[in-house]
Amino acid sequence: MRLIGKVGAWFDQRTQLGAPISEAATHPVPREAASWFYVFGSAALTVLLLQIVTGILLALIYVPSAAEAWNTLQVLNHNVSLGWFVRALHGWGSNFMLAIVLIHLVQVFLFGAYKFPRELTWIVGVFLLLMTLGMAFTGQVLRFDQDAYWGLGIGASITSRIPLIGPWAVSLLLGGPIIAGSTLSRFFALHVFIIPSLMLGFVGLHLLMVLKLGINEWPMPGRIVRRATYLREYRELTHKDGVPFVPNAVWKDIVFSGFVLLSIAACAVHFGPFGPGGQPDPTIIQTAPRPDFFFLWLYAMLSFLPPAAETPILLIGPAIAIVVLLVLPFVAGEGEKSWRRRPIAVLTILLVAVMLGTLTRLGDHAPWSPVMNAWSSIPIPSEYLRGRTALERRGALVFQEKQCHNCHSLGEEGGKRGPALDQVALHLNQDQLIRQVIQGGGNMPAYGKNLNPPETTALVAFLETLHPAAMAPARDGSHSAALE
Amino acid sequence: MSVESSTSRRALLVKVGLLFNGFVGLALGVPIVRYLFSPATRARDDGYASWLSLGQVSQFPAGETRLATYRNPVVNPSDGQTADIACWVRNVDDRSFQVFAINCAHLGCPVRWFPQSNLFLCPCHGGAYYQDGSRASGPPERGLFEYPYKIEGGKLFIKAGELPTPGPSAFIQLSGKKTCA
Repeated sequence: MRLIGKVGAWFDQRTQLGAPISEAATHPVPREAASWFYVFGSAALTVLLLQIVTGILLALIYVPSAAEAWNTLQVLNHNVSLGWFVRALHGWGSNFMLAIVLIHLVQVFLFGAYKFPRELTWIVGVFLLLMTLGMAFTGQVLRFDQDAYWGLGIGASITSRIPLIGPWAVSLLLGGPIIAGSTLSRFFALHVFIIPSLMLGFVGLHLLMVLKLGINEWPMPGRIVRRATYLREYRELTHKDGVPFVPNAVWKDIVFSGFVLLSIAACAVHFGPFGPGGQPDPTIIQTAPRPDFFFLWLYAMLSFLPPAAETPILLIGPAIAIVVLLVLPFVAGEGEKSWRRRPIAVLTILLVAVMLGTLTRLGDHAPWSPVMNAWSSIPIPSEYLRGRTALERRGALVFQEKQCHNCHSLGEEGGKRGPALDQVALHLNQDQLIRQVIQGGGNMPAYGKNLNPPETTALVAFLETLHPAAMAPARDGSHSAALE
Repeated sequence: MSVESSTSRRALLVKVGLLFNGFVGLALGVPIVRYLFSPATRARDDGYASWLSLGQVSQFPAGETRLATYRNPVVNPSDGQTADIACWVRNVDDRSFQVFAINCAHLGCPVRWFPQSNLFLCPCHGGAYYQDGSRASGPPERGLFEYPYKIEGGKLFIKAGELPTPGPSAFIQLSGKKTCA
């Protein structure tokens, strides 16, 4: 022990780091801040370190070349001892990091920690969130498979809509005229050098301000933040009722970080690495590209926006969201911190959470995508065919042959892009059915050129049988009136 | 020499030093910026849009739509298979053709041709196009991108080389039917 002490003293005499480190470690924090609610920032830092370590380990094998990347991922998965585990740790680490960063943001927001004097800490945190999202997207590209290739196409298509500089921005994004080797190389540079180095700098700044300004005190309803008095009040709080950060608060950070690392490892072992999916060969078009979990909400939103509103919303929406986050501490830099007295803040979080959750679930199911093989692999339920005339059964064949089933479900099976047709005869009479089939409309293509008159007659005859036995199908009232 | 004047002389030297480094920075910065922006500026080269063969015209029967592939004109060793691009060739009546980009005009996903329903369908967000490439339904704002083509010596050539995107194209003017929703 004495030797260790001597070596330590030798280094301290030269680096003189001992005093500032011990000062930082034992700085007083408010007693209630030594709480389980305050562990997410340190956990995010821990996962960042895990990502750096596993990222470097992956770089020992991975080759950032469009010709080789996919193969080296297969080598990592199958030929390198425990390569699959390192890939799984990195992939699951990325998911956990995004989740923890988001929880950290929500906690900091609900606890009013962005208010005076911690405005800049919040702003730096917003940039760290954006960089984390940037790492998630660029990382998904480095897993260079079909999803990555077509995901880049989606990125390029969105970029191209920027007014004036769109086409040039696309060339800069892709590093050339098409998605190819130079595209992967520049995303590698972003993922491995540019964003991580920025991130480390911003994390350093973020931590420095947490140390210099002190951790946010537990918000008490009625304890109002005022610029004139806050610093004095916080000093009184920490000096009268404070506890040293080490060991009173830090043990919870350590335990939670360990728990998070263990959870990542457990997911990595149980679920394994992510992909890679199919080869990044653009001539293989039998693919349905999907983004990773954390971008599914965006994927869903892109199918619901009306075409005319899509470009402005895509380009302006994110900018507005970022600006709102950045100006928040200036607009609400003083006042009540407690979530109990900030109903709008709580409602905002709930609204955003419900919105993102719903969109993510929709993105997972993708009901707007036609089921490309429904026409050949999902039969029409037999009760819809029993006791039908020859013409009606011929219509059921047309229904399958012309791939109506790809977009319309019968008996819960088939595409969900258009409405389910199990009871279509209740809503549309014969004339309306013919018109809808031939002219389309309401987001349905027109089939007039693609169906000959006998096919249309048969199809409509089949559609007219689709109603519950106990309910009469829709009829044109004017017919019976005219016959009287 | 007084202390004051020596200080000001050193301050001047600092300024001269900064100015000198400013010039060096500019001399280094110009080529670095040009290097960084070369993917956008180099695009004036002809290679971005060249006439590429899709093979014999006889491969594409009249009245049918077939998948064809070509190798991108600008290829780097690290491109691998990503330089192989697919497109849809529609032989209208043996005299006129239509060559559609594989990329959906919404967000660039690969559209698939279904001869049974005579529709191109996109797997991403469900965009649909008629056989002539015009928009049928879904989120796309326009029809499929169409490459200019020509027939020489019994071979079908298209002018291609750039990923088609829904924004204004910088280098190749890809046509395509614009239809209202």
